[in-house]
Amino acid sequence: MRLRILFFALTAALLSAGALASPARAQIEVDVNRGDIQPLPVAVPGFRGERGAEIAQVITSNLERSGLFRPIDPAAFIERDLDIRYQPRFADWKTINAQGLVNGEVTVDATGRLTVNFRLWDVFAEQQLLGMQFTSTSENWRRVAHKISDAVYERLTGEKGYFDTRVVFVAESGGRIDRIKRLAIMDQDGANPSYLTDGSYIVMTPRFSSTSQEITYMALRPDGSSIYLFNLETGRRESLGSFNGMVFAPRFSHDGGKVAFSVERGGNTDVHVMDLRSRTSSRLTSDPSIDTSPSFSPDGTQITFNSDRGGSPQLYVMNADGTGARRISFGSGRYMTPVWSPTGEYIAFTKQAGGQFHIGVMRPDGSDERLLTTSYLDEGPTWAPNGRVLMFSRETPGGAARLWTVDVTGRIVRPAPYPQSGSDPAWSPLLN
Amino acid sequence: MTTTTLTKRAAQFAVIALAAASVTACASRPKPDTMTPAPTAPPPATQPAPPPAPVTQGPLPGTQQDFVINVGDRVYFDFDSYAVRADAAPVLEAQAAWLNRYPSVMVRLEGNADERGTREYNLALGARRANAVRDFLVSRGVSSSRITTVSYGKERPIDPGTSEAAYQRNRNTHTAITSGAR
Repeated sequence: MRLRILFFALTAALLSAGALASPARAQIEVDVNRGDIQPLPVAVPGFRGERGAEIAQVITSNLERSGLFRPIDPAAFIERDLDIRYQPRFADWKTINAQGLVNGEVTVDATGRLTVNFRLWDVFAEQQLLGMQFTSTSENWRRVAHKISDAVYERLTGEKGYFDTRVVFVAESGGRIDRIKRLAIMDQDGANPSYLTDGSYIVMTPRFSSTSQEITYMALRPDGSSIYLFNLETGRRESLGSFNGMVFAPRFSHDGGKVAFSVERGGNTDVHVMDLRSRTSSRLTSDPSIDTSPSFSPDGTQITFNSDRGGSPQLYVMNADGTGARRISFGSGRYMTPVWSPTGEYIAFTKQAGGQFHIGVMRPDGSDERLLTTSYLDEGPTWAPNGRVLMFSRETPGGAARLWTVDVTGRIVRPAPYPQSGSDPAWSPLLN
Repeated sequence: MTTTTLTKRAAQFAVIALAAASVTACASRPKPDTMTPAPTAPPPATQPAPPPAPVTQGPLPGTQQDFVINVGDRVYFDFDSYAVRADAAPVLEAQAAWLNRYPSVMVRLEGNADERGTREYNLALGARRANAVRDFLVSRGVSSSRITTVSYGKERPIDPGTSEAAYQRNRNTHTAITSGAR
């Protein structure tokens, strides 16, 4: 895939019968590799009905945060109180240069059932691009807003969205030498944060399954470490088992059937893998070096990992059975925490060089290395399910860790919408 | 407690104090605070007064404080290294001697790393450091059954600073007494 998003405005509406007869290339086309990219101006007036203003606000925030859209200040709107049953007055929206327009209506029935109808319009082509309806419980209105955001994002970029997702992470509090770490989860926009552990022991490196609402994480106590599997829907929590040594760095295979992790014995750390159905595990590396941070390729045939077998921490790729290990990082500096992208085309990593830390990406063969961020301490990238955005933790000297995001081009770097200290983020798959 | 035992204890204390002094003399690198001998005299008074007879004080031999103050419970490492340094060897020799003298003491070796690395790599690095100390103590006759190891990676810094000196302090193995001290 090229690093290029083209915004097509098609004449056909998704839900209209006999659509897609003659998809016309529209005038809007954005190449996100260009340094001078202009985000697409969009207007999202408050939806009619209960919670309508809040739903529009969630959509607006999502689109703005992606960096690909520039929501227009509602104070500039000329047409007010749009009715979903009629076409908008396109001239009014052209006047304020809104390229896209999202309007909608919310109804709540006597049983508390929430229904949201919305339409996405190409203002300059004067065409409806989307017309959809979502129904849920009324307390679920934020998820409906995220699903609308995903539909708009997908329609305008051609790629799946990532807004109806959650992030599991480590919430940090306390000072630097007595830090309390709690497993926590929130919506990707920072809403609905909640704790999953009580902070009485250290937790680290939670990772989402890419197929289910299940996470794996490491717990560290003075008497040793454990890797847990935790099903967020059922609340069931179980240990991966006892391995006669420290265990850490767990990560699911993309089909969710295996967990790769590290076991340390006598100072030597190797990569192991456990089949979750049979509960059998095997050791994949046996080098007397540090072998850690394993991450499966999406097709499950390969594993990228971190090893200092060459003298300093570098990135390697091996077959999923542990054979054929080869080094892929060759730049100057130390490379760590490789994470295969959900699309398979990149491996993201942490790089330490020249007193700074970077989040970067390279091809699985090690080519096309690009550093996306630079700071005192950036670490631990996680991919949004569409492979377009990465979240990571950043620390300033002496400061608390914060969650940040960067898009895969490195152009859009910003703090994640979580106002407190957090580290080790892991992005969920799209919710069902 | 009999007089004989007390005398023996006093003799042991003298040996420990000697050991601590030799450790101090051998050390070539900046020393952690924990290796400083216990204060022995109050600061001079501002008003003239007859000098009191000197009284030395210190922890009871065989106690955790004795170990921390008179032996040293932490040794330090170079960046991304787990080699026992020249300044760490005498501390570990003293730890081994102390542990051999008090055979009921159990220890947990806690490996630590500075924050200039990733969480997972530093867990592995801390484990190397804990095991380097373990191997040293075992080679000096301390039974491996008395030792457990754990790595805290970069999760348990002792210095919150961000200078090279702070990083240096945070690259260590801490010998924690878990039971058996007097």
